[in-house]
Amino acid sequence: MLNRLISAGVLLLALLFGAGSGAFAADLLPLRFIPQWSPQSQFAGYYVALAKGYYEQHGLAVTILKGGPDAPASEALASGEADVATLFLSSGLQLRARGVPVVNVAQMVQRSALMLVAKKSKGILAPQDLEGKRVSLWDDFAVQPRAFFRRHGLYVDVIPQGYTLNLFLMDGVDAASAMYYNEYHTLLNAGLDPEELTTFHLADLGFNFPEDGIYCLAQTLAEYPEAMRGFVQASLEGWRDVFRHPEEALDIVMGHVRAANLPTNRVHQKWMLDQMAPLIFPPGDDTPPGFLEQDTYRTVAADLFEAEIINDTVPYRIFYDPRPSAR
Amino acid sequence: MTPVPAPGKANGLAFRMALFILTSTTLIFGVAFGYNYVYSRDLMLKNVRENATHLTQALVRRIEGKLISVEQMPRYLARHLDNRNVTRHSLGVMIENMVAANRDIYGSTVAFEPYALDPEARYFAPYVYRNEIGGLVATHLGGDHYNYFLWDWYRLPRYLDRPVWSEPYFDEGGGNALMATYSHPFYDLSSGRPSFRGVVTADVSLEELKAAIGSVSLYQSGYTVLISRTGRFLAHRDPDRIMRDSIFSLAEALNLPALRRVGKDMIQGKEGFLRIDGLDGEGRVWLCFAPVPAIGWSVGVVIPEQALYADILALNHTVLLIGAAGFTLLLVVVVGISRSITRPLKSLVGATSEIAHGNLDISLPKIAVRDEVGQLSQSVDEMRLALKEYISHLTETTKARERIESELKIARSIQMNFLPKRFPPFPERREFDIFAVLEPAKQVGGDLYDFFFLDEDHLFFSIGDVSDKGVPAALFMAVTKTLMKGIAEQNRDPAEVLDRVNGELCHGNESSMFVTLFCAVLDLRSGRLCYSNAGHNPPLVLHRDGSQKWLALPPGLVLGGMEEAVYQSRELVMAPGDKLLLYTDGVTEAMNPEGAFYSEARLLAQAQEGVADSAESLVARVMASVRRFSAGAAQSDDITLLALSYKGTHASGGGGTSVI
Repeated sequence: MLNRLISAGVLLLALLFGAGSGAFAADLLPLRFIPQWSPQSQFAGYYVALAKGYYEQHGLAVTILKGGPDAPASEALASGEADVATLFLSSGLQLRARGVPVVNVAQMVQRSALMLVAKKSKGILAPQDLEGKRVSLWDDFAVQPRAFFRRHGLYVDVIPQGYTLNLFLMDGVDAASAMYYNEYHTLLNAGLDPEELTTFHLADLGFNFPEDGIYCLAQTLAEYPEAMRGFVQASLEGWRDVFRHPEEALDIVMGHVRAANLPTNRVHQKWMLDQMAPLIFPPGDDTPPGFLEQDTYRTVAADLFEAEIINDTVPYRIFYDPRPSAR
Repeated sequence: MTPVPAPGKANGLAFRMALFILTSTTLIFGVAFGYNYVYSRDLMLKNVRENATHLTQALVRRIEGKLISVEQMPRYLARHLDNRNVTRHSLGVMIENMVAANRDIYGSTVAFEPYALDPEARYFAPYVYRNEIGGLVATHLGGDHYNYFLWDWYRLPRYLDRPVWSEPYFDEGGGNALMATYSHPFYDLSSGRPSFRGVVTADVSLEELKAAIGSVSLYQSGYTVLISRTGRFLAHRDPDRIMRDSIFSLAEALNLPALRRVGKDMIQGKEGFLRIDGLDGEGRVWLCFAPVPAIGWSVGVVIPEQALYADILALNHTVLLIGAAGFTLLLVVVVGISRSITRPLKSLVGATSEIAHGNLDISLPKIAVRDEVGQLSQSVDEMRLALKEYISHLTETTKARERIESELKIARSIQMNFLPKRFPPFPERREFDIFAVLEPAKQVGGDLYDFFFLDEDHLFFSIGDVSDKGVPAALFMAVTKTLMKGIAEQNRDPAEVLDRVNGELCHGNESSMFVTLFCAVLDLRSGRLCYSNAGHNPPLVLHRDGSQKWLALPPGLVLGGMEEAVYQSRELVMAPGDKLLLYTDGVTEAMNPEGAFYSEARLLAQAQEGVADSAESLVARVMASVRRFSAGAAQSDDITLLALSYKGTHASGGGGTSVI
C-alpha cells in the first residue's frame, strides 16, 4: 500500500517536472562533446559543468561522448560525430594541417605536463645521461622531447610508446614519456618511489606546448557562435567549481570512471585533479583563462613544421577565436 | 585508664586479610594469566604463520600450474614459426587447433610485424577465440582503431626479447572477464641474425583463478589477495578493488607508508609474514605473502588479528570468569577464616575490657580450638586469676597495714598521755608559770618534756629528744621519762640524775638508741637553778630587762650512748621576771619549702619580741613563727617548746615584784 502511494507520488513529480524540463529542453541546443581521452580528472571541469547544469544555464543540452585510444577525438570532430572536442594544441594544428577546418575556441591548459622519466638505477641523472639510451615517446607528443634531445645534441634510440608504462617498469626502455598528472603517478602507484626517478619536465626546460584546448569546426562556430561561447564559458565555470569543491568534483569524475569500467582509482584521480589547477590557472601568469597567446601559437606551429609533423599552417586569427572565452 | 578504641572497618583484621590475600592472589593470577596469554598468542601466531605459508604456497603452485600449462602451446608455435614460413591458411588452422586443444586458452593470435607476412598488409593478426557457447570464432586483429603495435601484449615481448605475461586486463569483448595474455616472440632466422617478426599469444581468463583465490578463507574473516607485478589487485575480497586499486594506491589512500613498503617487497618477489595496522575497517591484520615467480605476481593471505585471537580471547574470557568465581570463593573463605579468628578475639577484647574496668569475675569465652587465639584466651584467663589473687592479697596487706597504723595511732596517744598536758599544772602556785607544747611529726616521735615537784619548793623540769623515730623511740622515751622521774625523786642533783639514767639506759641498750636531755631543778624560794645537760640544745635565758643569752651548759654526752659518760651540774640564779625557754631541734631545724633552717637567730628574735609575754604566750608566739616560716612544708620532726617564767616567792602572797 505504502509502496503504491510512493510510486504514485514519484510518478506525479516526474510528470510535473518532466513536463516542465521537457518544455525547457525544447529550447536547449543539443551539443555532442568528446574529450580526447577516457574519463578522468583531466576533464573534471566538463563533467562538473554537465552535472551542475552550467551547460543548461547557457542553453545547451550537452552529451559527453567517451573518448580514448579506440575513439580518437580528432576523428570524431572531423567526421562530425562530435560537435566539440578537446585536443592538445599540437593535435589541433595537425588536424588543421590535414585540412580539417577546426578552430580553437579556448586554450584551456596553458602549461604542458609532458615529462620524461627515467630510473636512477639505470644511471640517468641528467639530460646527457640519455645518450644512446632507448626512450619510448608517444607518436603524437614527440616534438617537445625531440627538440629537447636536439638541444642537448643527444642520440637517443626512440621507440613508439604504447598505452601503458609497463615496458618502462619491466626495464624494456630506459626512459619514457609521461604526463605528470597521470602516468607519473601511475609509476608511483606501481611501487616506484619519487627518489628512484629522474624527471625532465619539458615545460620547465623551455618546451612548453599548451595542451588541452576546445575545438570545433569553423562552420559550427560560424553557425552557433553563442552556443560555442556558452560551451566555453560553462566549461570555465565548471573548472572554477572543480577547484572550489574538489571532493565533489572527484565524486562526479568517479561516477564517469565507474560507468566506463576503467581500471583506475580515486587516489589516482585525486592526484590528477590536484595537478590540473596550475595547468589551467597557472599561478603568476596573467593570461586570461582560455586565451591562446599568438607567440605561443607561432612557436608551437613552427616547431611542428620544422619537425615535419605539419606541412601547412593557418594564420593565428583563422586558427584561434578569442571571443568565446572572453569575459 | 585509656579505653581501647574499637578497630575501624578498614583496620579490621578481616578486611586486611582479605585485602592482602586477594591482592597477592590477583597479582599471581595476573602474572600467570599474562604469561599464558602472551605464550598462547605466540604459539597461535606460529601456527598461523605455518598455515598461512602452506596456503600461499598451495596457491602459488595452483597459479603457476595454470600459467605453465597455457605457456606450452604458444611456445611450441613460436618455435615452429622461427624456422619456416607458413601460409595464411595453415596459420589459421594452427591457431584454431591450439585454442581447441587447451580449454584454459580463451583466445589466441599470431601477430606479425608490419608487412612481415603479407607485403600488402600493415596489420596481420588472425585471431581465434571462444564465444559464450563454447564455439570457436575466427577474426583478424589490427586496423586504424586497433593499432596492436602499441599494445602491451605485442610490445613487451617485442622490446624485451622474451616471452611475457601481460598485466591482466578486463576484456570488453570477452564479457568483461579478467584476462591475461601470454605472448611469445618469434624471429626470422634466415639472415643469420634473428630479426623480430611477431608474437604468438594466448589469452587466459583469470576469472576462475580470481574466484578460486577470492573464495579461500582462513580463520573465519581471513582472506587472500593476489597482486600483479605493478601491485594491482587481481583478486581481493572487495571486487571493487580488483584491477582498480593497487596496494600502493591503497597505501596512499590510507596514508600507510608501511603498506607501501610491504607492497614493494611483494612486487620484488620477496616472502614475508608481518603485521599491518590501519587497514580500513579491518584494524590490525597479519599478512603472509609469497611470490609467483613465473609471472611476477604475489599471493597474500590476510588474517585480521581479531579473528586470529578469537579463540584465545574466548579462552581468556573463560579463564577470567573462572578467576572471578575463584576470587569470590576466596573472598568468602578468607572472610570466613578471619571471622572465625576475630570472633573469639572480639569476645576476648570485651572480656579484657571488663577486666580492665575491674570486673575480675567475668568468665572468658570458651575456645575449643587449640590455636594461638585459644592460647591467648587461656593466658588472659590466667592473668585474670593472677590479678584476682594479687588484688585479694593486696586487700589483706592493706588491712594489716591499716591495723598497724591504727595501733601506731594508739601508741602515739599513749605516748602523749605520758606528758603533762594540763595547763596551768599548778594553779595554786604563784612563784612561777610553766607552759609546754609538743607538736608531733606524722610518725610517732621521740621528743619529751616533763616537770614535777620534788618537794614543796623544788621544781624538776626536763626536755629531751630521742635519736630515732617510731615505736622504739617512743618506748625509749617512755623508759627515759619513767627512769628520770624515779631517779629524780631520790637525787636532787641533775648531774647525778643524768648519770644514773645514762647508766640504766646503757645497760642492755642493744638498739643503740640514745636521747639528748636537759634537766634542771629550780628552788622556787631562792630562784636558784641547778641544771645539767646530756647533749641537748642550750636553752635560752630571758632576763626581765630584755637581755637574753644562751644558757651556758656543762659538757655531757647523750644518754644511752656511753656508760662512762660524766655529767656536771651548774647553777644560775633567776631573778623574778626572768624566763627560761627550752626547745628541741625540731624548732631550730624546721625547714621552709626552700630547704632553709628556722635557725637560732630567728628563735632569738622571736624571744626578744615576747620578753613580756606569759610562758604560754611566748610558746604560742614562737610556735606561730615556726609555722609561718615552714609555710606548709612537711614537718619532719617533733617540735617541742617549754617556757618557764620565774616570779619569785613574794608573788605567792600578793603578786608584787621583788629582787633577791
